[in-house]
Amino acid sequence: MFRYIVKRLFGVVPILLIVSIFIFMFVHLIPGDPARLVAGPDASHQDVELVRQQLGLDKPIVTQYITYISNLVQGDLGISMKTKRNVYDEIADRFMPTFWLTVWSMVWAIVFGLLIGVISATKRNKWQDYTGMFSAVSGISLPSFWLGLMLIQLFSVKLGWFPTGGSESWKAYVLPSITLGAGVAAVIARFARSSLMDILREDYIRTGRAKGLKENVVVWKHALKNAMIPVITMTGLQFGFLLGGSIVVETVFSWPGLGRLLIDSVSFRDYPVIQAEMLLFALEFILINLLVDILYGVMNPQIRYE
Amino acid sequence: MENSGVIVQTNEQVTQIEVEKVRTPFLEFWRKFKKQRMAMIAGSFIILLFLIAFISPFIAPYSSVEPDYDNILSPPSMEHFAGTDAFGRDIFSRILEGTRISLFVGLSSVFVGAVGGTILGLISGFYGRWLDSIIMRFCDVLFAFPGILLAIGIIAILGPGLGNVIIAVAIFSIPIFARIVRSSTLAIKSTVFVEAARSIGAPARRIIWKHIFPGTVSSIIVYFTMRIGTSILTAASLSFLGLGAQPPSPEWGAMLSSGRDFLNTAPHVTFFPGFAIFITVLAFNLLGDGLRDALDPKMKD
Repeated sequence: MFRYIVKRLFGVVPILLIVSIFIFMFVHLIPGDPARLVAGPDASHQDVELVRQQLGLDKPIVTQYITYISNLVQGDLGISMKTKRNVYDEIADRFMPTFWLTVWSMVWAIVFGLLIGVISATKRNKWQDYTGMFSAVSGISLPSFWLGLMLIQLFSVKLGWFPTGGSESWKAYVLPSITLGAGVAAVIARFARSSLMDILREDYIRTGRAKGLKENVVVWKHALKNAMIPVITMTGLQFGFLLGGSIVVETVFSWPGLGRLLIDSVSFRDYPVIQAEMLLFALEFILINLLVDILYGVMNPQIRYE
Repeated sequence: MENSGVIVQTNEQVTQIEVEKVRTPFLEFWRKFKKQRMAMIAGSFIILLFLIAFISPFIAPYSSVEPDYDNILSPPSMEHFAGTDAFGRDIFSRILEGTRISLFVGLSSVFVGAVGGTILGLISGFYGRWLDSIIMRFCDVLFAFPGILLAIGIIAILGPGLGNVIIAVAIFSIPIFARIVRSSTLAIKSTVFVEAARSIGAPARRIIWKHIFPGTVSSIIVYFTMRIGTSILTAASLSFLGLGAQPPSPEWGAMLSSGRDFLNTAPHVTFFPGFAIFITVLAFNLLGDGLRDALDPKMKD
């Protein structure tokens, strides 16, 4: 097991390296002179040169990269061009609202996704299955910004049950997390259904039924345990989807999180913040995939020996 | 199951086998696909959408750009099926007009992504070794960014606009196709007929295009259809965020975004464009599901 984890950890290193180079290159990929971009269109020639020196853009590219990485390790992500604050502080302020939003979305997506998936699989080709699977494919096709706005229109504007934005009380979490979780719930439902259907065909399930176990015990205890292995992998991968989706949903609900910060930064061309956010999102995504991989190995011993 | 009579060859069964030989792969596919009722409906709807995309200027009841200041934000009525927007423009006509934009963005971005991904996947799977490592690491890096984030990053570099949205969506479709084509290529590479082609001295390029590529086509088609829905959704999201199509354009995401300020007084301005996105994406997803079941039952979502 230990060897497996170490192997996985080392597997991530090259990806991390390339991702960091990619993000480092980000400012250099923008057409035009990065120093001028950072200094702004009104800056004088002298100011531009000053910025170039400050950012070290006059040094060879390899030196620049090494400086970038060593600053990164020390938590120095640069200064926001918009607020003139430290990017690290800027992001730290926004991290928790996004974190809790994704966690709540995931929690309810797993609960509803599994429920729909299991019901569909056990009632195969009955109306429950058709309803469940049609809602699932609808959930995948729903534009989250539209769903969000319609929920606001109905539950905030008309009924006044929930606030239209902000993240102060638990009530503020309800609509955004439903909006963000809908797509993931749909994916989990579809995946859980097909995985459980495969398992229900196995011999040991027939044995369970033959020895007189209740159907609920067979499904929820014996079958679901094995059916969950691929579902967990899939769910882990959906975290990336949530991270991406949070960008849209946070804009709809005026959520003070990382996603909205990113959109604001893109419209303002606040490159240090964009760079830092891209890096953070990529890191989170890689880390989650790694955890999923390890968890998969823990649950399924066959994988470890391959 | 239909081949179960092959062992004992009575006359009747010989004819049966001959009849099966006549069945082209396309007919075989059609026979299975016809049974998928939802996919058939979705497919017909998509054909209708393409039709609308071509003839919308002729059938739209109103102009999609001319403002009408006597009819600002009027609710749905017999004259304006979907009401009018803040400039008094007929939303129904604008949605018809926007069909062309959405289909164009969806198709072109996935097409570019599929071509790029297929070539990379074939090379990666066929040649293996260091080429494979480089291409797959490249895909891993692209995969390290959740879809829309990568698109936003690319737009941050290129600047906002619909053309850049197409490029961005195309780029993040590449690794998906590359991975699928690579895994099919690996499976086909080790088959006997490829071994045979290799041993009679067929050049690599011929083996790739004549023998391996046809075997990957069915999974490419399935993913192609499924990705169109996702791409339309992503492009609309980016327009909604103000990074794609810009306001006067009747792009559905941009239309919806412009209705946000009137959510209290005129919810129809946001409702109808969003509904158009929803049913279009739903149709492509249902068609994709149907194609998957008909072409490649082993593939799962």
